[in-house]
Amino acid sequence: MLLPFIPEVGHFALILALMMALIQAGVPLAGAATRRPLWMAYARPMALGQFAFLLVAFASLMASFLLDDFSVAYVANNANSQLPWYYKATAVWGSHEGSMLLWCLMLAGWGCAVAGLSRRLPAALMARVLGVMGLVGSGFLLFVLLTSNPFTRLLPNVPGEGADLNPLLQDVGLIIHPPMLYMGYVGFSVVFAFAIAALLEGRIDAAWTRWARPWTNVAWAFLTVGIALGSWWAYYELGWGGWWFWDPVENASLLPWLAGTALLHSLAVTEKRGSFKSWTVLLAIFTFSLSLLGTFLVRSGVLTSVHAFANDPTRGAFILILLGLTVGGALTLFALRAPRVSQAVTFGWLSRDALLLVNNILLVVMTVTVLLGTLYPLILDALGLGKVSVGPPYFNALFVPLTALLCLFMGLGPVARWKRMPARELWRRLAGAALGAVVLAALAPLVYHGRWNPGVSLGLLLALWLVLSLARDLVDKLRHARSLGAGLRRLAPAYWGMQLGHLGLAVTIVGVTVVSNYNVERNVRMAVGDRVEVAGYTFALRSLGKRRGPNYVADVATLDVSRDGESRFTLHPEKRLYLARRMPMTDVALRPGLLRDLYVAMGEDLGDGAWALRIQYKPFVRWLWLGAALMAAGGVLAVADRRYRRGREALRRNDEVTAS
Amino acid sequence: MTPARRRRLGVLLALVVLAAVAAGLLGYALRSNINLFFSPSQVAAGEAPVGRQIRAGGMVETGSVARDADSLAVTFTVTDFQASLEVAYQGILPDLFREGQGVVVVGRLADDGVLQADQVLAKHDENYMPPEVADALAAAGKSPADYRRTE
Repeated sequence: MLLPFIPEVGHFALILALMMALIQAGVPLAGAATRRPLWMAYARPMALGQFAFLLVAFASLMASFLLDDFSVAYVANNANSQLPWYYKATAVWGSHEGSMLLWCLMLAGWGCAVAGLSRRLPAALMARVLGVMGLVGSGFLLFVLLTSNPFTRLLPNVPGEGADLNPLLQDVGLIIHPPMLYMGYVGFSVVFAFAIAALLEGRIDAAWTRWARPWTNVAWAFLTVGIALGSWWAYYELGWGGWWFWDPVENASLLPWLAGTALLHSLAVTEKRGSFKSWTVLLAIFTFSLSLLGTFLVRSGVLTSVHAFANDPTRGAFILILLGLTVGGALTLFALRAPRVSQAVTFGWLSRDALLLVNNILLVVMTVTVLLGTLYPLILDALGLGKVSVGPPYFNALFVPLTALLCLFMGLGPVARWKRMPARELWRRLAGAALGAVVLAALAPLVYHGRWNPGVSLGLLLALWLVLSLARDLVDKLRHARSLGAGLRRLAPAYWGMQLGHLGLAVTIVGVTVVSNYNVERNVRMAVGDRVEVAGYTFALRSLGKRRGPNYVADVATLDVSRDGESRFTLHPEKRLYLARRMPMTDVALRPGLLRDLYVAMGEDLGDGAWALRIQYKPFVRWLWLGAALMAAGGVLAVADRRYRRGREALRRNDEVTAS
Repeated sequence: MTPARRRRLGVLLALVVLAAVAAGLLGYALRSNINLFFSPSQVAAGEAPVGRQIRAGGMVETGSVARDADSLAVTFTVTDFQASLEVAYQGILPDLFREGQGVVVVGRLADDGVLQADQVLAKHDENYMPPEVADALAAAGKSPADYRRTE
């Protein structure tokens, strides 16, 4: 009997969540400013309450989807009674309104986690951190309620059937890609809140960094996974085997990742050496601002892509105002307060401090490069100077050399000591790694492919340099231990996190290098009985047929794949037509492997029983995402470090061997 | 000026110079790698450069798509209802490529006025109109809806 009112329950819960967010923003901040413990104590219960009510709202929307309540406009536009139940549930974040609700839910979730997990945080700092998060949350909840309410009803003319979820989004990659990405985007709000709180307090110490670092790591790991999933999804779902397009929407997620990576490293310096303080705060502000900018770009409709749902200009304006207020407010505060928190610490030009400074500069330059390439067409268009697009050559021309430079310094960083490192010692420890990397990288293309290829050698050189210098560092750390086991146990999780993260980048670089250079693609016209050979594999088209799925009909091809005359396996690519939207979709047949993927996609029906097929051999393509998974694992592993769990004791200096 | 201040000034100047160099390089990379968009009318008026990569777009004219019988070569024309542009492409067209649909093509204009396309883009939504195409149509005094009515 309550069933018909589920959307109203959700709507009401959403309004209550906004009220709680407003209290969470106002009262604790005022309390911290006037030192009233009672007011400060409002922060935690409000954070928990906001999350609870958002959970109710989110569950209501999901229930409306599962119950096929097409009187709710958002459900009617994004679902269909034929849709399998799991896609009904995940259609909640399949379009604009629902994904903004998910965004708010996650923001409240992070706030709730801070309230629950950082209980030993000093009361004033906790009040300020949660207050700032409440401010951000209020902004976004207002945005949802005023411009993108998912609970709007279509009354009294209720449609009998829904328009269906965009078929591109009916996929497991899409079930997990947006939540991961949002967890990353929104997760950076925590370190942003910590940064603002520090500015308000006018103080940053080692304890502050120890509170802020784990949150940053986890958000960064989520974002890494989210970006990798997006790339993986595009690879198999869009049907042409590309894995990165320098599409503005991809760039929008890469921007906070680059800034966030700089932030991780800058936080390390701030914790270990007490320097870079105002820089760290500035990076925290930038990282979250770039997350917001990404949201603006994707949600405002200024960009055109799969992701651009909203064409309502008020939404774009609203997010732009939110962005302006957040960035403007934060930077003003920074300008007023930053001199208070900064502190001069000296270091030599060759030291881990200096190398991390170089790392930060390079990452910021990369961020600016991508930002410029992404915004330039928008700015020209807004000024009426013509319509342009910035193509991949621009990004590749700048990104590849910058990455090479970054890797060069990345090899040195972990080996170098804080404060000062004699050049001779650095050379003594790394000469072997450098030499090994050069020799192996020069030979690898010859062994793998029989012909020398400068691009491949350069890419492998970078990856090998990273791996060998990491290995050398590990060996040096273990050398003086009594036994191997004792040595391994002495190394902190933070150190292993660093090793894993850097190794992940090396793995990704190998993947990018090999697949970009040795990828084989053939677009062929095939009729039943035709054979074609690609990279040593023979593909024979055995039959063409038809198949009916729950909400689509499909043309199915069956291909026998053999190698050296030996039959290996069959592949079944499909060309589907989704009935509700009359929309065709390519369903790729993949044969994944650690060293190569075989990829067959159906192109078009050419008539006379012939089809255009896209057949690809993609060596090492899995390494792209494997590397991202390793990076994310490294980020999470570093959080397991004991010094983050010690609470108040953490104030004491930690002298263990750590990677930081 | 104290030595400390002089040093700070030096660092500041170095930063400014570096930033200027970086901005210059960025601008250069941007200039040589951007693709301007041209509507079929602009191409017909000779505004588009020959032999340089450009983007063009419009509605795919009904009945204009011609496939080669034994390869993947295809030709079609795009129009903004003022002028038409012939496009030649070799390969597989995107899923949502259809006659009467707005598309964007990336390629080089040959001497004979045919656009040799490297890429054909049709976005994944049946109601989607590339904004460049929508604007080009609006500039020609038409809207995609007009076209649907005349179909």
